[in-house]
Amino acid sequence: MIIDINFVGLIIASIMASAVPLILASCGELITERSGVLNLGVEGMMIIGAISGFALMTVTGSLIIAIFGAMLAGVLISTIFAFLTQTLITNHVATGLALTIFGIGISAMIGKNFVGIPGKEFPVLFEGLKDTLPLLGPILFGHSIVFYFAFTLPFVTSYFLKKTKIGLIVRAVGDSPESASNQGINVRLVRYACILYGGAMSGLAGAYLSMIYTPQWIENMTGGRGWIALALVVFSTWNPIKILIGAMIFGGLTIIQFHMQAIGVRIPVQFLTALPYIVTIIVLVVISRDSRKIRLSTPSSLGKSFYKDN
Amino acid sequence: MIKIVKRDQPSRAIFFFTPVLAIFLTLVAGGLIFFILGFKPFEALKFFFIVPIADKYGFSELLLKATPLCLIAIGLSFCFKSNNWNIGAEGQLTFGAIVSGGVALLFYEQEGFYILPIVILAGAIGGMLYASIPAILKTYFNTNEILVSLMLVYVSKLILDYLVVGPWSNPEGFNFPETRQFSDSAKLPLLFEGLRIHAGIFLALAAVVISWFVFYKTYLGFQMKVSGFSLKTAKYAGYKGKKMIILVFLISGACAGLAGVGEITGPIGQLHREISPDYGFTAIIVAFLGRLHPVGIIFASLVVAITYLGAETAQIFMQIPKYTGQVFQGMILFFLLASDYLLFFKIKFIGSKK
Repeated sequence: MIIDINFVGLIIASIMASAVPLILASCGELITERSGVLNLGVEGMMIIGAISGFALMTVTGSLIIAIFGAMLAGVLISTIFAFLTQTLITNHVATGLALTIFGIGISAMIGKNFVGIPGKEFPVLFEGLKDTLPLLGPILFGHSIVFYFAFTLPFVTSYFLKKTKIGLIVRAVGDSPESASNQGINVRLVRYACILYGGAMSGLAGAYLSMIYTPQWIENMTGGRGWIALALVVFSTWNPIKILIGAMIFGGLTIIQFHMQAIGVRIPVQFLTALPYIVTIIVLVVISRDSRKIRLSTPSSLGKSFYKDN
Repeated sequence: MIKIVKRDQPSRAIFFFTPVLAIFLTLVAGGLIFFILGFKPFEALKFFFIVPIADKYGFSELLLKATPLCLIAIGLSFCFKSNNWNIGAEGQLTFGAIVSGGVALLFYEQEGFYILPIVILAGAIGGMLYASIPAILKTYFNTNEILVSLMLVYVSKLILDYLVVGPWSNPEGFNFPETRQFSDSAKLPLLFEGLRIHAGIFLALAAVVISWFVFYKTYLGFQMKVSGFSLKTAKYAGYKGKKMIILVFLISGACAGLAGVGEITGPIGQLHREISPDYGFTAIIVAFLGRLHPVGIIFASLVVAITYLGAETAQIFMQIPKYTGQVFQGMILFFLLASDYLLFFKIKFIGSKK
């Protein structure tokens, strides 16, 4: 059997493409969690982004409006979460769950009129360069702008957290809101900003799914990706670069599943579909087993409400 | 001027008042959404909340939907009271249904009084087994129970799908994704001629009574409450934390499994692809709305069950999408959490004269 080197390149490229929504949502949630807020509503924000992007694209015809509109929708829906958890001091876990249930309902409600409408073609960059390099050509070239953005994001996020002053403030707020507050930092404001940013990234992740990856609207099309994104943040031990690795593993599982079906491997299709979820559990167990390592890397105030008398 | 003051201790009266306030606010917001969608708000709300339960059949349907919600929420209240976030009840329900359905199929075309108890027990055990996975991973491997229990929901639904399409599918079923019909001895008896309400409701009521007893009359209930308030205190008092975690997961798994039994051995009498319209997730809202109190949960399960029925009626009569039900469920939880603010804070109106 001759393995076509360009075919390998195409498979890697397709793995990367399926990793994009995970990277976007995880990097967003990572910033939120670094500020000490646990937002379990990623799945809900993502699906809202997916329907908003697709609906805006269909109605306005503009891809730019659709992409930014989806991010804005993510911001708007996460504002509910921010207002509840930060201003009304509600429980993060329960509020996040409510956000997911609400998001899935609202998206299906809006999406009713958009089922079965074909999507639009999303422009890709450097299409012509695809055949110039063996193997690397299909990996590096011929992708959407969101794709390139996603693969830059972990590095930018890492730089932001480690090297910039605002990044330091975010970490300080997450690790010790009391001392940050004593230093004159407005903890609530920082957390608001981080939650809204997480919403924007989840919205973008959703828009990528409905506009670029599988350009159409299907109910519940995120299919648990938001939850896997949450698991990836734990997997990465809150380190953005490791999100990249994790997302590639999960992207790989999704793609392998298609190829195994295509070459007729006699494993029930349900088992292959269940694989990413089962692997998530196994990976979580392996990562979390070392409780000291987890405790050291988890933002100390994660999921705890902060209230200051004024 | 308005001033917000922190209360010295949470107000008990408001503790039971906020769920009512949350329901009221949900109705207002729901009316607003209907208005935006271009429907007459009051008419839509009427079709959503009153028409579905106006007759005997509707009321039976309400109890039918409230039964699994109540049962699961009772189980979840054990977890939530002790600060264990089991959000995978939907998976435990599905797995319980799979195990009990499998046992029921073993007794295919057999009759006997002993069959139903075995089938019910099998469902509870299935739910417990499935709930023990996140519990054991949490206690011995420090793994986040939220993510594990949720991932297992997807896995359980795929297992069910595999079974009803593949090895367990009805040989005479023209490839429909469903199993054979269970024998009559494996079915929960219907309570009234022509109505779908079945004996599963007694399982829910039993769970309510037992949980009330455990919560308020036993040392175990006290331990759970303390662990929920502060793990440190619980450890200091010498409570066995790990055993407690596993126990509450097993209880809630058993309840979810029993709800699964009710879904398949009730009116349907077979396993098929979609045995639950996300009861396991909705029950989380029921548990909170009922304030994790057994009696509160009964009322909450009835209120939330209406959203299921209302969504169906509103879809038929007004072409309102059926997902409005989920929107309402999310909103109830939002408003409930928001109105809890009043538990801890007082809003004072200070006259400008002074």
